[in-house]
Amino acid sequence: MKDAAYIERPNRSLRIYAFLYLAFLYIPVLFLPLFSFNDSLFITFPLKGFTTNWYGQMLTNEPMHAALMNSIKVGATSAAIATILGIFGAKAVTRFRIPGQKPVVFLIMLPLVIPGILLGVALLILLSRLGVPLSLYTVTLGHILITVPFAMAILIARFEGFDKSMEEAAADLGDNAWWTFWRVTFPMVFPGVLASLLLCFTISFDEFIMAFFLAGTDPTLPIYIYGQLRFPQKLPSVLALGACILVISFFVVFFSQWIRRRGTEEVSGTGF
Amino acid sequence: MSEGTAVAGVAPEQRVNWLPRLRAVFMRSEALRGYTLLSPTLIVMAFSMCVPLAIMVVMSFWTQHAFEFDTTFSLANYQEAIDSPVYEALLIRSLVISGTCALATVLISYPMAYYVAFHVHRRKLLWIILMTLPFWTSYLLRVFAWKVILGYNGAINSGLKSLGLIDQPLEFLLYSPTAIVITLAHAWAAFAILPIYVSLEKIDRSLLEAAADLGDGPVTRFLRVTLPLSLPGVIVAMLLIFIPTVGDYVTPALVGGPDGIMIANMIQAHFGKVNNWPMGAALAVSMMITVTVVALVYMWVTRKATERIA
Repeated sequence: MKDAAYIERPNRSLRIYAFLYLAFLYIPVLFLPLFSFNDSLFITFPLKGFTTNWYGQMLTNEPMHAALMNSIKVGATSAAIATILGIFGAKAVTRFRIPGQKPVVFLIMLPLVIPGILLGVALLILLSRLGVPLSLYTVTLGHILITVPFAMAILIARFEGFDKSMEEAAADLGDNAWWTFWRVTFPMVFPGVLASLLLCFTISFDEFIMAFFLAGTDPTLPIYIYGQLRFPQKLPSVLALGACILVISFFVVFFSQWIRRRGTEEVSGTGF
Repeated sequence: MSEGTAVAGVAPEQRVNWLPRLRAVFMRSEALRGYTLLSPTLIVMAFSMCVPLAIMVVMSFWTQHAFEFDTTFSLANYQEAIDSPVYEALLIRSLVISGTCALATVLISYPMAYYVAFHVHRRKLLWIILMTLPFWTSYLLRVFAWKVILGYNGAINSGLKSLGLIDQPLEFLLYSPTAIVITLAHAWAAFAILPIYVSLEKIDRSLLEAAADLGDGPVTRFLRVTLPLSLPGVIVAMLLIFIPTVGDYVTPALVGGPDGIMIANMIQAHFGKVNNWPMGAALAVSMMITVTVVALVYMWVTRKATERIA
Protein backbone atom coordinates (compact mmCIF):
# COMPACT_ATOMS: atom_id res chain seq x y z
CA MET A 1 0.00 0.00 0.00
CA LYS A 2 2.81 2.38 0.91
CA ASP A 3 4.49 1.99 -2.45
CA ALA A 4 1.25 2.77 -4.17
CA ALA A 5 0.89 5.99 -2.21
CA TYR A 6 1.94 8.16 -5.11
CA ILE A 7 -0.94 6.72 -7.13
CA GLU A 8 -3.40 7.25 -4.33
CA ARG A 9 -2.36 10.70 -3.29
CA PRO A 10 -5.21 12.75 -1.84
CA ASN A 11 -7.56 14.17 -4.41
CA ARG A 12 -9.27 17.27 -3.10
CA SER A 13 -11.96 17.62 -5.74
CA LEU A 14 -12.95 13.97 -5.39
CA ARG A 15 -13.20 14.48 -1.66
CA ILE A 16 -15.48 17.47 -2.11
CA TYR A 17 -17.56 15.43 -4.52
CA ALA A 18 -17.86 12.66 -1.93
CA PHE A 19 -19.25 15.05 0.64
CA LEU A 20 -21.67 16.57 -1.88
CA TYR A 21 -22.84 13.07 -2.70
CA LEU A 22 -23.46 12.29 0.96
CA ALA A 23 -25.40 15.56 1.18
CA PHE A 24 -27.50 14.44 -1.80
CA LEU A 25 -28.19 11.17 0.00
CA TYR A 26 -28.99 12.61 3.40
CA ILE A 27 -30.50 16.07 3.00
CA PRO A 28 -33.79 14.92 1.41
CA VAL A 29 -34.25 12.41 4.18
CA LEU A 30 -33.52 15.01 6.85
CA PHE A 31 -36.32 17.25 5.60
CA LEU A 32 -38.81 14.94 7.27
CA PRO A 33 -37.58 15.46 10.85
CA LEU A 34 -37.01 19.17 10.13
CA PHE A 35 -40.61 19.84 9.10
CA SER A 36 -42.01 17.52 11.77
CA PHE A 37 -41.05 20.20 14.32
CA ASN A 38 -42.38 23.07 12.20
CA ASP A 39 -45.44 24.83 13.58
CA SER A 40 -47.43 24.89 10.34
CA LEU A 41 -49.75 22.59 8.40
CA PHE A 42 -47.91 23.40 5.20
CA ILE A 43 -44.53 22.06 4.37
CA THR A 44 -42.91 25.25 3.10
CA PHE A 45 -40.09 27.62 3.96
CA PRO A 46 -39.66 29.84 5.89
CA LEU A 47 -40.07 27.71 9.02
CA LYS A 48 -42.80 29.03 11.31
CA GLY A 49 -41.67 28.02 14.77
CA PHE A 50 -40.90 25.06 16.94
CA THR A 51 -43.64 22.67 18.04
CA THR A 52 -43.99 19.13 19.28
CA ASN A 53 -47.74 19.12 18.56
CA TRP A 54 -47.42 16.71 15.67
CA TYR A 55 -45.70 14.19 17.89
CA GLY A 56 -48.54 14.54 20.37
CA GLN A 57 -51.06 13.89 17.61
CA MET A 58 -49.07 10.89 16.53
CA LEU A 59 -49.18 9.41 20.02
CA THR A 60 -52.98 9.55 20.19
CA ASN A 61 -53.60 8.26 16.68
CA GLU A 62 -55.21 4.84 17.19
CA PRO A 63 -55.37 3.66 13.54
CA MET A 64 -51.71 4.52 13.19
CA HIS A 65 -50.83 2.39 16.19
CA ALA A 66 -52.85 -0.52 14.82
CA ALA A 67 -51.00 -0.23 11.49
CA LEU A 68 -47.67 -0.04 13.31
CA MET A 69 -48.48 -3.22 15.25
CA ASN A 70 -49.51 -4.97 12.02
CA SER A 71 -46.22 -4.03 10.40
CA ILE A 72 -44.25 -5.26 13.39
CA LYS A 73 -46.12 -8.59 13.36
CA VAL A 74 -45.66 -9.07 9.62
CA GLY A 75 -42.01 -7.97 9.78
CA ALA A 76 -41.11 -10.22 12.71
CA THR A 77 -42.85 -13.28 11.24
CA SER A 78 -41.43 -12.91 7.75
CA ALA A 79 -37.94 -12.12 9.09
CA ALA A 80 -38.00 -15.25 11.27
CA ILE A 81 -39.27 -17.55 8.51
CA ALA A 82 -37.03 -16.06 5.81
CA THR A 83 -34.00 -16.42 8.06
CA ILE A 84 -34.80 -20.07 8.88
CA LEU A 85 -35.26 -20.81 5.17
CA GLY A 86 -32.04 -18.90 4.54
CA ILE A 87 -30.14 -21.04 7.07
CA PHE A 88 -31.38 -24.27 5.44
CA GLY A 89 -30.62 -22.98 1.97
CA ALA A 90 -27.23 -21.50 2.80
CA LYS A 91 -26.09 -24.64 4.61
CA ALA A 92 -27.27 -26.80 1.73
CA VAL A 93 -25.43 -24.85 -0.96
CA THR A 94 -22.22 -24.30 1.02
CA ARG A 95 -21.84 -27.70 2.71
CA PHE A 96 -23.05 -30.13 0.05
CA ARG A 97 -21.93 -30.62 -3.50
CA ILE A 98 -25.29 -30.76 -5.18
CA PRO A 99 -25.89 -31.03 -8.89
CA GLY A 100 -27.60 -28.01 -10.41
CA GLN A 101 -26.48 -25.75 -7.60
CA LYS A 102 -26.11 -22.68 -9.81
CA PRO A 103 -29.66 -22.79 -11.23
CA VAL A 104 -31.05 -23.43 -7.74
CA VAL A 105 -29.27 -20.43 -6.24
CA PHE A 106 -30.31 -18.38 -9.27
CA LEU A 107 -33.94 -19.37 -8.68
CA ILE A 108 -33.80 -18.38 -5.01
CA MET A 109 -32.15 -15.05 -5.86
CA LEU A 110 -34.61 -14.35 -8.68
CA PRO A 111 -37.01 -12.13 -6.69
CA LEU A 112 -34.18 -9.58 -6.46
CA VAL A 113 -34.42 -8.95 -10.19
CA ILE A 114 -38.16 -9.25 -10.74
CA PRO A 115 -40.04 -5.98 -10.38
CA GLY A 116 -42.08 -6.09 -7.17
CA ILE A 117 -45.33 -5.30 -8.93
CA LEU A 118 -45.11 -8.53 -10.96
CA LEU A 119 -44.60 -10.66 -7.84
CA GLY A 120 -47.41 -8.83 -6.04
CA VAL A 121 -49.90 -9.12 -8.87
CA ALA A 122 -49.03 -12.76 -9.57
CA LEU A 123 -49.46 -13.73 -5.91
CA LEU A 124 -52.74 -11.81 -5.80
CA ILE A 125 -54.04 -13.82 -8.76
CA LEU A 126 -52.97 -17.14 -7.23
CA LEU A 127 -54.51 -16.34 -3.85
CA SER A 128 -57.78 -15.19 -5.35
CA ARG A 129 -58.00 -18.33 -7.53
CA LEU A 130 -57.39 -20.46 -4.44
CA GLY A 131 -60.04 -18.48 -2.60
CA VAL A 132 -57.63 -17.36 0.14
CA PRO A 133 -58.88 -14.10 1.65
CA LEU A 134 -56.35 -11.26 1.74
CA SER A 135 -54.99 -10.62 5.21
CA LEU A 136 -51.77 -9.96 7.08
CA TYR A 137 -50.87 -13.62 6.39
CA THR A 138 -50.87 -13.05 2.64
CA VAL A 139 -48.69 -9.96 3.08
CA THR A 140 -46.33 -12.07 5.19
CA LEU A 141 -46.12 -14.69 2.43
CA GLY A 142 -45.21 -12.00 -0.10
CA HIS A 143 -42.60 -10.56 2.22
CA ILE A 144 -41.03 -13.97 2.86
CA LEU A 145 -40.63 -14.32 -0.90
CA ILE A 146 -38.69 -11.07 -1.24
CA THR A 147 -36.64 -11.36 1.96
CA VAL A 148 -35.35 -14.93 1.42
CA PRO A 149 -32.80 -13.79 -1.22
CA PHE A 150 -31.37 -11.24 1.22
CA ALA A 151 -31.22 -13.80 4.03
CA MET A 152 -29.53 -16.29 1.69
CA ALA A 153 -26.96 -13.76 0.48
CA ILE A 154 -26.00 -12.79 4.02
CA LEU A 155 -25.92 -16.35 5.35
CA ILE A 156 -24.06 -17.88 2.39
CA ALA A 157 -21.30 -15.32 2.98
CA ARG A 158 -21.26 -16.26 6.65
CA PHE A 159 -21.23 -20.04 6.05
CA GLU A 160 -18.42 -19.63 3.53
CA GLY A 161 -16.53 -17.49 6.02
CA PHE A 162 -15.76 -20.25 8.53
CA ASP A 163 -13.86 -23.45 8.29
CA LYS A 164 -15.84 -26.56 7.45
CA SER A 165 -13.32 -28.66 9.39
CA MET A 166 -14.73 -27.27 12.66
CA GLU A 167 -18.00 -29.03 11.95
CA GLU A 168 -16.17 -32.15 10.85
CA ALA A 169 -14.16 -32.15 14.08
CA ALA A 170 -17.34 -31.94 16.15
CA ALA A 171 -18.84 -34.79 14.15
CA ASP A 172 -15.68 -36.88 14.56
CA LEU A 173 -15.76 -36.29 18.29
CA GLY A 174 -19.16 -37.89 18.40
CA ASP A 175 -21.67 -35.09 18.11
CA ASN A 176 -24.60 -35.99 15.93
CA ALA A 177 -25.75 -33.65 13.17
CA TRP A 178 -28.21 -31.87 15.42
CA TRP A 179 -25.66 -31.15 18.19
CA THR A 180 -22.99 -30.22 15.68
CA PHE A 181 -25.37 -27.64 14.34
CA TRP A 182 -26.28 -26.18 17.73
CA ARG A 183 -22.86 -26.27 19.32
CA VAL A 184 -20.61 -25.37 16.38
CA THR A 185 -22.41 -24.13 13.31
CA PHE A 186 -25.01 -21.94 14.93
CA PRO A 187 -22.67 -19.94 17.20
CA MET A 188 -20.39 -19.35 14.21
CA VAL A 189 -23.13 -18.10 11.93
CA PHE A 190 -24.99 -16.30 14.70
CA PRO A 191 -23.89 -12.78 13.65
CA GLY A 192 -25.16 -13.57 10.16
CA VAL A 193 -28.45 -14.82 11.57
CA LEU A 194 -28.89 -11.67 13.62
CA ALA A 195 -28.03 -9.43 10.67
CA SER A 196 -30.41 -11.38 8.46
CA LEU A 197 -33.25 -11.07 10.99
CA LEU A 198 -32.75 -7.32 11.32
CA LEU A 199 -32.42 -6.62 7.61
CA CYS A 200 -35.36 -8.84 6.64
CA PHE A 201 -37.46 -7.12 9.27
CA THR A 202 -36.45 -3.71 7.92
CA ILE A 203 -37.27 -4.70 4.34
CA SER A 204 -40.65 -6.08 5.30
CA PHE A 205 -41.40 -3.13 7.55
CA ASP A 206 -40.84 -0.69 4.66
CA GLU A 207 -42.31 -2.75 1.86
CA PHE A 208 -45.18 -1.11 0.06
CA ILE A 209 -45.43 -2.31 -3.53
CA MET A 210 -46.41 -5.91 -2.74
CA ALA A 211 -48.28 -5.17 0.46
CA PHE A 212 -50.55 -2.82 -1.50
CA PHE A 213 -51.86 -5.78 -3.51
CA LEU A 214 -51.77 -8.42 -0.79
CA ALA A 215 -53.18 -6.61 2.26
CA GLY A 216 -56.81 -7.05 3.19
CA THR A 217 -58.66 -4.61 5.42
CA ASP A 218 -55.82 -4.51 7.96
CA PRO A 219 -53.23 -2.04 6.63
CA THR A 220 -49.53 -2.28 7.28
CA LEU A 221 -47.80 0.98 8.20
CA PRO A 222 -46.62 1.94 4.67
CA ILE A 223 -50.15 1.37 3.34
CA TYR A 224 -51.56 3.50 6.13
CA ILE A 225 -49.03 6.26 5.39
CA TYR A 226 -49.80 6.11 1.67
CA GLY A 227 -53.46 6.58 2.48
CA GLN A 228 -52.67 9.64 4.60
CA LEU A 229 -50.51 11.38 2.01
CA ARG A 230 -53.46 12.91 0.21
CA PHE A 231 -54.87 14.65 3.30
CA PRO A 232 -52.87 17.84 3.91
CA GLN A 233 -54.02 18.16 7.53
CA LYS A 234 -52.71 14.66 8.30
CA LEU A 235 -49.29 15.29 6.76
CA PRO A 236 -47.45 16.78 9.76
CA SER A 237 -48.19 13.80 12.01
CA VAL A 238 -47.09 11.50 9.18
CA LEU A 239 -43.86 13.51 9.11
CA ALA A 240 -43.48 13.03 12.85
CA LEU A 241 -43.99 9.30 12.45
CA GLY A 242 -41.59 9.25 9.51
CA ALA A 243 -38.95 11.01 11.58
CA CYS A 244 -39.30 8.43 14.35
CA ILE A 245 -39.08 5.55 11.88
CA LEU A 246 -36.01 7.13 10.29
CA VAL A 247 -34.17 7.45 13.57
CA ILE A 248 -35.04 3.92 14.70
CA SER A 249 -34.22 2.27 11.40
CA PHE A 250 -30.93 4.20 11.17
CA PHE A 251 -29.89 2.68 14.48
CA VAL A 252 -31.13 -0.81 13.68
CA VAL A 253 -29.48 -0.89 10.28
CA PHE A 254 -26.25 0.65 11.48
CA PHE A 255 -26.10 -1.93 14.23
CA SER A 256 -26.89 -4.88 11.95
CA GLN A 257 -24.42 -3.79 9.26
CA TRP A 258 -21.81 -3.37 11.92
CA ILE A 259 -22.30 -6.90 13.25
CA ARG A 260 -22.36 -8.38 9.79
CA ARG A 261 -19.33 -6.62 8.36
CA ARG A 262 -17.20 -6.78 11.46
CA GLY A 263 -14.85 -9.69 11.07
CA THR A 264 -15.60 -10.26 7.42
CA GLU A 265 -12.99 -8.18 5.64
CA GLU A 266 -14.50 -8.64 2.24
CA VAL A 267 -17.59 -6.69 1.34
CA SER A 268 -19.59 -9.07 -0.77
CA GLY A 269 -21.29 -7.67 -3.80
CA THR A 270 -24.62 -9.35 -3.37
CA GLY A 271 -24.77 -9.14 0.38
CA PHE A 272 -26.37 -5.85 1.15
CA MET B 1 -55.06 -65.90 -0.51
CA SER B 2 -52.08 -68.04 0.36
CA GLU B 3 -49.90 -65.77 -1.72
CA GLY B 4 -51.16 -62.83 0.27
CA THR B 5 -50.20 -64.34 3.60
CA ALA B 6 -46.82 -65.30 2.21
CA VAL B 7 -46.13 -61.72 1.23
CA ALA B 8 -47.37 -60.49 4.55
CA GLY B 9 -45.05 -62.95 6.26
CA VAL B 10 -42.03 -61.67 4.36
CA ALA B 11 -42.83 -58.03 4.45
CA PRO B 12 -41.66 -57.09 7.98
CA GLU B 13 -38.35 -58.79 7.39
CA GLN B 14 -37.92 -56.88 4.15
CA ARG B 15 -38.79 -53.62 5.80
CA VAL B 16 -36.17 -54.18 8.44
CA ASN B 17 -33.58 -54.58 5.67
CA TRP B 18 -34.94 -51.76 3.66
CA LEU B 19 -34.90 -48.91 6.11
CA PRO B 20 -31.21 -48.90 7.04
CA ARG B 21 -30.31 -49.37 3.41
CA LEU B 22 -32.43 -46.40 2.45
CA ARG B 23 -30.81 -44.48 5.26
CA ALA B 24 -27.36 -45.52 4.09
CA VAL B 25 -28.10 -44.41 0.54
CA PHE B 26 -29.46 -41.17 1.89
CA MET B 27 -26.43 -40.49 4.08
CA ARG B 28 -24.01 -41.41 1.34
CA SER B 29 -25.62 -39.26 -1.32
CA GLU B 30 -24.57 -35.69 -0.77
CA ALA B 31 -26.95 -34.50 -3.43
CA LEU B 32 -29.94 -36.07 -1.74
CA ARG B 33 -29.08 -34.65 1.67
CA GLY B 34 -28.36 -31.27 0.16
CA TYR B 35 -31.69 -31.19 -1.62
CA THR B 36 -33.56 -32.37 1.47
CA LEU B 37 -32.07 -29.47 3.39
CA LEU B 38 -32.85 -27.14 0.53
CA SER B 39 -36.39 -28.39 -0.02
CA PRO B 40 -38.30 -26.09 2.39
CA THR B 41 -36.74 -23.03 0.79
CA LEU B 42 -37.33 -24.33 -2.72
CA ILE B 43 -40.94 -25.27 -1.98
CA VAL B 44 -41.71 -21.82 -0.57
CA MET B 45 -40.03 -20.11 -3.51
CA ALA B 46 -41.84 -22.35 -6.01
CA PHE B 47 -45.21 -21.86 -4.37
CA SER B 48 -44.93 -18.10 -3.92
CA MET B 49 -43.09 -17.21 -7.13
CA CYS B 50 -43.09 -19.84 -9.90
CA VAL B 51 -46.70 -20.98 -9.54
CA PRO B 52 -48.12 -17.44 -9.29
CA LEU B 53 -46.15 -16.23 -12.31
CA ALA B 54 -47.34 -19.25 -14.30
CA ILE B 55 -50.96 -18.60 -13.35
CA MET B 56 -50.54 -14.95 -14.27
CA VAL B 57 -49.42 -16.02 -17.74
CA VAL B 58 -52.46 -18.31 -18.02
CA MET B 59 -54.80 -15.55 -16.89
CA SER B 60 -53.44 -13.16 -19.49
CA PHE B 61 -55.13 -15.36 -22.09
CA TRP B 62 -58.53 -15.02 -20.44
CA THR B 63 -60.99 -12.19 -20.87
CA GLN B 64 -63.08 -10.19 -18.45
CA HIS B 65 -66.87 -10.11 -18.80
CA ALA B 66 -68.43 -7.77 -16.26
CA PHE B 67 -67.48 -9.49 -12.99
CA GLU B 68 -66.73 -12.91 -14.48
CA PHE B 69 -63.63 -14.30 -16.13
CA ASP B 70 -64.11 -16.01 -19.48
CA THR B 71 -61.53 -18.76 -19.25
CA THR B 72 -61.49 -19.73 -22.93
CA PHE B 73 -58.10 -19.15 -24.52
CA SER B 74 -57.94 -15.82 -26.29
CA LEU B 75 -55.31 -13.43 -27.54
CA ALA B 76 -57.69 -10.48 -27.22
CA ASN B 77 -55.72 -8.81 -24.40
CA TYR B 78 -52.46 -8.94 -26.30
CA GLN B 79 -54.25 -7.75 -29.43
CA GLU B 80 -55.55 -4.78 -27.46
CA ALA B 81 -52.14 -4.13 -25.93
CA ILE B 82 -50.58 -4.02 -29.40
CA ASP B 83 -53.39 -2.05 -31.06
CA SER B 84 -53.75 0.64 -28.43
CA PRO B 85 -50.98 3.22 -28.70
CA VAL B 86 -51.30 4.06 -24.99
CA TYR B 87 -49.79 0.86 -23.65
CA GLU B 88 -46.91 0.93 -26.09
CA ALA B 89 -46.16 4.56 -25.27
CA LEU B 90 -46.25 3.84 -21.53
CA LEU B 91 -43.99 0.84 -21.88
CA ILE B 92 -41.46 2.80 -23.93
CA ARG B 93 -41.61 5.70 -21.52
CA SER B 94 -41.00 3.35 -18.58
CA LEU B 95 -37.99 1.85 -20.34
CA VAL B 96 -36.60 5.30 -21.17
CA ILE B 97 -37.12 6.67 -17.65
CA SER B 98 -35.62 3.58 -15.99
CA GLY B 99 -32.73 3.49 -18.45
CA THR B 100 -31.98 7.18 -17.87
CA CYS B 101 -32.24 6.66 -14.15
CA ALA B 102 -29.88 3.66 -14.20
CA LEU B 103 -27.35 5.59 -16.29
CA ALA B 104 -27.61 8.73 -14.14
CA THR B 105 -27.28 6.79 -10.89
CA VAL B 106 -24.22 4.93 -12.12
CA LEU B 107 -22.59 8.13 -13.40
CA ILE B 108 -23.03 10.05 -10.16
CA SER B 109 -22.14 7.06 -7.98
CA TYR B 110 -18.96 6.04 -9.79
CA PRO B 111 -16.75 8.86 -8.45
CA MET B 112 -18.08 8.22 -4.97
CA ALA B 113 -17.29 4.50 -5.13
CA TYR B 114 -13.89 5.39 -6.61
CA TYR B 115 -13.20 7.77 -3.76
CA VAL B 116 -13.97 5.17 -1.09
CA ALA B 117 -12.08 2.40 -2.90
CA PHE B 118 -8.89 4.38 -3.58
CA HIS B 119 -8.76 7.37 -1.26
CA VAL B 120 -10.31 6.23 1.99
CA HIS B 121 -7.80 4.25 3.97
CA ARG B 122 -9.16 4.32 7.48
CA ARG B 123 -12.77 3.69 8.50
CA LYS B 124 -13.79 2.25 5.14
CA LEU B 125 -16.54 0.34 6.90
CA LEU B 126 -18.00 3.55 8.24
CA TRP B 127 -18.09 5.07 4.75
CA ILE B 128 -19.74 2.01 3.27
CA ILE B 129 -22.41 2.00 5.94
CA LEU B 130 -22.92 5.76 5.53
CA MET B 131 -23.47 5.33 1.79
CA THR B 132 -25.96 2.50 2.14
CA LEU B 133 -27.83 3.63 5.23
CA PRO B 134 -30.50 5.77 3.53
CA PHE B 135 -31.35 2.78 1.34
CA TRP B 136 -32.70 0.97 4.36
CA THR B 137 -35.06 3.71 5.47
CA SER B 138 -38.64 3.72 4.27
CA TYR B 139 -38.84 3.91 0.49
CA LEU B 140 -42.25 5.55 0.66
CA LEU B 141 -40.96 8.26 2.99
CA ARG B 142 -37.95 8.96 0.80
CA VAL B 143 -40.15 9.39 -2.25
CA PHE B 144 -42.42 11.55 -0.18
CA ALA B 145 -39.45 13.63 0.95
CA TRP B 146 -38.71 14.44 -2.70
CA LYS B 147 -42.32 15.45 -3.22
CA VAL B 148 -41.86 17.82 -0.29
CA ILE B 149 -38.63 19.18 -1.77
CA LEU B 150 -39.64 19.52 -5.42
CA GLY B 151 -43.27 20.53 -4.88
CA TYR B 152 -44.97 23.69 -6.15
CA ASN B 153 -44.77 25.09 -2.64
CA GLY B 154 -42.02 22.71 -1.74
CA ALA B 155 -38.70 23.25 -0.06
CA ILE B 156 -36.76 24.38 -3.15
CA ASN B 157 -39.44 26.72 -4.45
CA SER B 158 -40.40 28.24 -1.11
CA GLY B 159 -36.75 28.44 -0.14
CA LEU B 160 -35.78 30.29 -3.31
CA LYS B 161 -38.82 32.52 -2.96
CA SER B 162 -38.06 33.49 0.63
CA LEU B 163 -34.50 34.27 -0.45
CA GLY B 164 -35.98 36.53 -3.12
CA LEU B 165 -34.34 34.70 -6.00
CA ILE B 166 -37.58 33.85 -7.80
CA ASP B 167 -41.09 35.36 -7.88
CA GLN B 168 -43.00 32.43 -9.28
CA PRO B 169 -42.47 28.80 -8.24
CA LEU B 170 -40.51 26.76 -10.76
CA GLU B 171 -43.12 24.40 -12.13
CA PHE B 172 -40.90 21.98 -13.95
CA LEU B 173 -39.56 20.55 -10.71
CA LEU B 174 -42.45 18.38 -9.63
CA TYR B 175 -44.73 16.22 -11.77
CA SER B 176 -42.31 15.49 -14.57
CA PRO B 177 -40.17 12.58 -15.75
CA THR B 178 -37.16 14.57 -14.46
CA ALA B 179 -38.61 14.43 -10.96
CA ILE B 180 -38.97 10.65 -11.30
CA VAL B 181 -35.37 10.26 -12.45
CA ILE B 182 -34.03 12.38 -9.56
CA THR B 183 -36.13 10.55 -6.99
CA LEU B 184 -35.25 7.10 -8.29
CA ALA B 185 -31.56 7.97 -8.59
CA HIS B 186 -31.63 8.90 -4.94
CA ALA B 187 -33.63 5.84 -3.93
CA TRP B 188 -31.45 3.29 -5.75
CA ALA B 189 -28.02 4.83 -5.13
CA ALA B 190 -26.92 1.93 -2.92
CA PHE B 191 -27.48 -0.51 -5.79
CA ALA B 192 -24.95 1.42 -7.88
CA ILE B 193 -22.39 2.18 -5.19
CA LEU B 194 -21.86 -1.31 -3.81
CA PRO B 195 -21.23 -3.31 -7.01
CA ILE B 196 -18.97 -0.57 -8.42
CA TYR B 197 -17.10 -0.29 -5.14
CA VAL B 198 -16.56 -4.05 -4.98
CA SER B 199 -15.18 -4.22 -8.52
CA LEU B 200 -12.89 -1.21 -7.90
CA GLU B 201 -11.65 -2.67 -4.63
CA LYS B 202 -10.73 -5.92 -6.39
CA ILE B 203 -8.36 -4.20 -8.83
CA ASP B 204 -4.76 -5.22 -8.22
CA ARG B 205 -2.96 -2.01 -7.26
CA SER B 206 0.28 -3.22 -8.81
CA LEU B 207 -1.34 -2.94 -12.24
CA LEU B 208 -1.68 0.79 -11.63
CA GLU B 209 1.94 1.01 -10.54
CA ALA B 210 3.00 -0.87 -13.65
CA ALA B 211 1.05 1.54 -15.81
CA ALA B 212 2.64 4.47 -13.97
CA ASP B 213 6.13 2.99 -14.37
CA LEU B 214 5.52 2.59 -18.07
CA GLY B 215 4.79 6.28 -18.31
CA ASP B 216 0.99 6.51 -18.24
CA GLY B 217 -0.40 9.68 -16.71
CA PRO B 218 -3.32 9.61 -14.26
CA VAL B 219 -5.96 10.02 -16.99
CA THR B 220 -4.59 7.33 -19.31
CA ARG B 221 -4.12 5.08 -16.30
CA PHE B 222 -7.74 5.50 -15.34
CA LEU B 223 -9.01 4.97 -18.88
CA ARG B 224 -6.79 2.00 -19.68
CA VAL B 225 -6.63 0.18 -16.35
CA THR B 226 -9.16 1.25 -13.75
CA LEU B 227 -12.22 1.85 -15.90
CA PRO B 228 -12.07 -1.38 -17.95
CA LEU B 229 -11.44 -3.46 -14.83
CA SER B 230 -14.37 -1.90 -13.00
CA LEU B 231 -16.80 -2.40 -15.88
CA PRO B 232 -18.32 -5.63 -14.47
CA GLY B 233 -19.53 -3.66 -11.43
CA VAL B 234 -20.90 -0.89 -13.61
CA ILE B 235 -22.74 -3.39 -15.82
CA VAL B 236 -24.31 -5.18 -12.85
CA ALA B 237 -25.29 -1.88 -11.23
CA MET B 238 -27.11 -0.70 -14.36
CA LEU B 239 -29.12 -3.92 -14.45
CA LEU B 240 -29.87 -3.94 -10.72
CA ILE B 241 -31.35 -0.46 -11.00
CA PHE B 242 -33.04 -0.77 -14.37
CA ILE B 243 -35.08 -3.90 -13.64
CA PRO B 244 -36.89 -2.90 -10.45
CA THR B 245 -37.46 0.71 -11.48
CA VAL B 246 -39.35 -0.30 -14.63
CA GLY B 247 -41.97 -1.80 -12.34
CA ASP B 248 -42.21 1.08 -9.88
CA TYR B 249 -45.58 2.76 -9.57
CA VAL B 250 -45.20 4.65 -6.30
CA THR B 251 -42.66 7.20 -7.53
CA PRO B 252 -44.57 8.01 -10.74
CA ALA B 253 -47.79 8.31 -8.75
CA LEU B 254 -46.28 10.64 -6.15
CA VAL B 255 -43.90 12.83 -8.15
CA GLY B 256 -44.53 11.96 -11.81
CA GLY B 257 -47.75 13.82 -12.56
CA PRO B 258 -49.77 13.05 -15.70
CA ASP B 259 -46.70 13.03 -17.97
CA GLY B 260 -44.92 10.64 -15.67
CA ILE B 261 -47.39 7.73 -15.60
CA MET B 262 -45.53 4.50 -16.22
CA ILE B 263 -46.63 1.03 -17.30
CA ALA B 264 -46.78 -0.22 -13.70
CA ASN B 265 -49.39 2.45 -12.86
CA MET B 266 -51.50 1.03 -15.69
CA ILE B 267 -51.07 -2.53 -14.39
CA GLN B 268 -52.01 -1.41 -10.91
CA ALA B 269 -55.10 0.36 -12.26
CA HIS B 270 -56.26 -2.81 -14.04
CA PHE B 271 -56.12 -4.72 -10.77
CA GLY B 272 -57.87 -1.86 -8.98
CA LYS B 273 -60.18 0.79 -10.40
CA VAL B 274 -60.45 -0.58 -13.95
CA ASN B 275 -61.00 -4.10 -12.58
CA ASN B 276 -59.88 -6.01 -15.63
CA TRP B 277 -57.48 -8.56 -14.22
CA PRO B 278 -56.81 -10.52 -17.43
CA MET B 279 -55.83 -7.31 -19.23
CA GLY B 280 -53.64 -6.36 -16.25
CA ALA B 281 -52.04 -9.80 -16.36
CA ALA B 282 -51.39 -9.41 -20.10
CA LEU B 283 -49.73 -6.04 -19.47
CA ALA B 284 -47.68 -7.53 -16.64
CA VAL B 285 -46.55 -10.40 -18.87
CA SER B 286 -45.70 -7.96 -21.67
CA MET B 287 -43.64 -5.94 -19.22
CA MET B 288 -41.91 -9.05 -17.92
CA ILE B 289 -41.02 -10.19 -21.45
CA THR B 290 -39.82 -6.72 -22.50
CA VAL B 291 -37.65 -6.31 -19.41
CA THR B 292 -36.18 -9.80 -19.85
CA VAL B 293 -35.42 -9.21 -23.53
CA VAL B 294 -33.85 -5.81 -22.82
CA ALA B 295 -31.78 -7.31 -19.99
CA LEU B 296 -30.59 -10.24 -22.14
CA VAL B 297 -29.68 -8.01 -25.08
CA TYR B 298 -27.89 -5.67 -22.69
CA MET B 299 -25.92 -8.53 -21.15
CA TRP B 300 -25.01 -9.91 -24.58
CA VAL B 301 -23.87 -6.50 -25.86
CA THR B 302 -21.87 -5.70 -22.75
CA ARG B 303 -20.21 -9.12 -22.80
CA LYS B 304 -19.17 -8.61 -26.43
CA ALA B 305 -17.92 -5.13 -25.62
CA THR B 306 -15.88 -6.19 -22.57
CA GLU B 307 -14.41 -9.12 -24.54
CA ARG B 308 -13.21 -6.69 -27.15
CA ILE B 309 -11.59 -4.44 -24.54
CA ALA B 310 -9.90 -7.35 -22.77
